Amino acid sequence: MQRLNQKLGFLSALPMLAVFAIALFAPLIVVALFSIMPPKVFSIANTPDFSAYSVFFSQGYYKSLLWSLGMALAATVILLVICWPLAYGMAKVFKSFTLFLTLAVVMSLFVSENIRLFGWVLTLMKGGLIEGHFRAWTSVGFDSPLYGVGIIVFGLVYVYLPFMLFPLAQGIAMVPDDARQAAADLGATRWQIFRQIDVPLAAPGIMVGCLLSFVLAAGAVAEAKILGGQAVITIADDIETAFTFGQDWPLGSALSMTLIGIIGALALFGISRVDLDQVMGRKR
Amino acid sequence: MASDALLRLQGVVKQFGHFTALHGVDLDIHEGEFFTIVGPSGSGKSTMIRLLVGMDELTHGAIWLRDKRIDETPANERPTCMVFQSLALFPHMSVGQNIEFPLKLRNVPAADRKSRALELLDLLRLPQSYYSKRISQCSGGEKQRVALARALAFDPEILFFDEPLSALDYRLRKTLEKELKDLHHRTGKTFVYITHSLEEAMVMSDRIAIMKDGRFEQIAVADEIYSRPVSRFVAEFMGEVNLFEVSTEDGSTLSGAGLTGNAPSGLAAGSKGLLMVRPEYIRFVADGGTADYTVKGRLLEEYALGSRIQYEIETTEGQTLTVEKLREDRTTSALGGEVTLGFDEANTHLIEGD
Repeated sequence: MQRLNQKLGFLSALPMLAVFAIALFAPLIVVALFSIMPPKVFSIANTPDFSAYSVFFSQGYYKSLLWSLGMALAATVILLVICWPLAYGMAKVFKSFTLFLTLAVVMSLFVSENIRLFGWVLTLMKGGLIEGHFRAWTSVGFDSPLYGVGIIVFGLVYVYLPFMLFPLAQGIAMVPDDARQAAADLGATRWQIFRQIDVPLAAPGIMVGCLLSFVLAAGAVAEAKILGGQAVITIADDIETAFTFGQDWPLGSALSMTLIGIIGALALFGISRVDLDQVMGRKR
Repeated sequence: MASDALLRLQGVVKQFGHFTALHGVDLDIHEGEFFTIVGPSGSGKSTMIRLLVGMDELTHGAIWLRDKRIDETPANERPTCMVFQSLALFPHMSVGQNIEFPLKLRNVPAADRKSRALELLDLLRLPQSYYSKRISQCSGGEKQRVALARALAFDPEILFFDEPLSALDYRLRKTLEKELKDLHHRTGKTFVYITHSLEEAMVMSDRIAIMKDGRFEQIAVADEIYSRPVSRFVAEFMGEVNLFEVSTEDGSTLSGAGLTGNAPSGLAAGSKGLLMVRPEYIRFVADGGTADYTVKGRLLEEYALGSRIQYEIETTEGQTLTVEKLREDRTTSALGGEVTLGFDEANTHLIEGD
C-alpha cells in the first residue's frame, strides 16, 4: 500500500517535474549549443566551431569579466563587513526593532532598482541634491563622485544589501547564546569568541549571504551603466550588447557560458562546504 | 580583606528593575567543599549563579575570592568556571577540541593539550577513542562528562554547576550524582552546585543552602537540615514530613493537633511551635504499647515504595500524616480501620514560633 502511494505520488509529480526540468535546462542547452556555433548565425543547425570562445580572449572580453568579478568581490567583502554588526543586532540584540528594520529593508525592494539608482544620480550629480545645495549656500562647488569604479561598487553594495543582511542574520541567530557564554566563561576574549564560536557556527549563513551577493553583483548591469556612466563595461553589459546591438548570438552565448561556468563552480564549491539544511531549519 | 573562606558574598543584592531577586545575601564557601544551593524555581538560585560566574552584575554588595574582590571582574577573567544546564558544548568541535578549548586560549602547545585532554577522558571514564568523536555522536551522559572534562581542563578555583543533570532520565541522573561526588573527592576542587532537587543535594553535598524568595533560609550540613530545619518551608522542602501545630499553657501539658504527651522541653509556657517528625520515626502503637507522643487516626491508604511501605493516616483532628515502615514492619491494620500512632521526643524537632 505504501509503495503504491509512493508510486502514485511520484507519477502525479511527474508533469510538474517535467515543466521544471524543461524550464531550467532548455534555455541553458540552447545557449550552450549557440556558444559553439560560428559567428553571427541565428540557427543551431550549423557545423560547430569554437570561434566565439577565442574571441573572448582576442577581443578583450576577459577584461569585462575581470572587472565584473573584481567589483563583485569588493562589494561582497564590504557587505560582509557592514552587515555583520547589523545582522548581529537583528539576531541577538534589537528584539522588536528587528521587525521594523526588516520591513524597512524589504520595502526598499518594492521600488525598481533602476529608479533607486537614478535617485542616487540625482542626489550625487554635479548640481544635484547635495552638490547643488552646497554650492548655492557656500558658492563653492565640488566634483561629483559619479562615473567611476568606486561609485559602481557603492551601487552594488547598496542594491544587494538585503541579500547579505538576511542570510547573515539567519546564520547568526543559529549561534547558541550559551555557547558564547561558555566560551567567555572558559576565558575567551570577544575576538576569540568571534573567531572560534560566532564565525564557524554562523558559517552557513555567511556562505549563503556571500554567494547570493557575489552572484548577483557579478551579473549586474544597471549600477555600471547608471552610476558608473560606463566608466567600466561589465560582462553582463557585453552579453547584452552581443545579443542586441552586436547581433552575434554565438558570442553572447559563449560569454554567458563562461560566466555561468565560473559562478556555477563557485556556488557548488561554496554550498558543498556548509550544511545548508541548517539554514533552512531542517533537522539534521 | 583576610578571610578563611575561598568565596565570600557580602550583602549581595540583585535587582531587575523594581523586582528584587536577591535581598542582601551573605555566604562563605570553604576551599574543597561540595556546596549546594537548593531552592524552588524563582527562589533566586539561578540569579545567584549568574552573579557568581560573572554573567550578570550585582546591584549592591561584594564578592570576594580569597582576598580579591571579583564582582567587577568579567566572566572571562575570573578563575572560576561553570557547567551549564544546557552543557553549552561547542557543536562544531570534536570532543577533544571541546576539552582543549580553554587550554588553546592559553596557548598551551598542541602536544600538551592533547595529553591533558586524554588524561581528562580517563578521569571521566570515557574511552580515549572519544577524543576525535563529534559532539552529536555522544549520548546525554557522555556529553555531561565532556562538559565536565572541559571545565576541569580550565583548572578553575571553583567549579559551578547550574542544574546540569536536570534534563537526564532518573537512572542516569543517579549514576552521575555518585560519579560527581566521587570526582569531587578525587580532584579536591571546590564544587558549587545549584539544583531544585533536594535528593540531588542530599546525595552529593557537604553543605546545603536552602533558598527562598531571594534569601537563604538555612545553611548547614545535609543531616542537620534534614533533622533540624529552621522553618516549615525547609522542613517541607526536605522531603516528606509531619508537622504538628502545638502549644502549651503551663509548659508541661501539650495541646493541639490531637497529640497526647508532655510538652517538649524547648517549648516554653504560653508559647507555640511546630513539632516535626519524619515519616520513618512514627510507629503503629498496639494496645498497651508506649510512646512519648500518641495520636489516633484512621488508616487511609497504603503505597508500596519498594523496600518501604508508605501509609497515609487521617487524624481525628483531620490532619493527614505520612508514615513509612520497612516492608517487614508493615502493619496488620486494615485500610479504613482505627489506628494509634506513636513517636518519641528524641526523634522530634521543635520549630519554635512558626
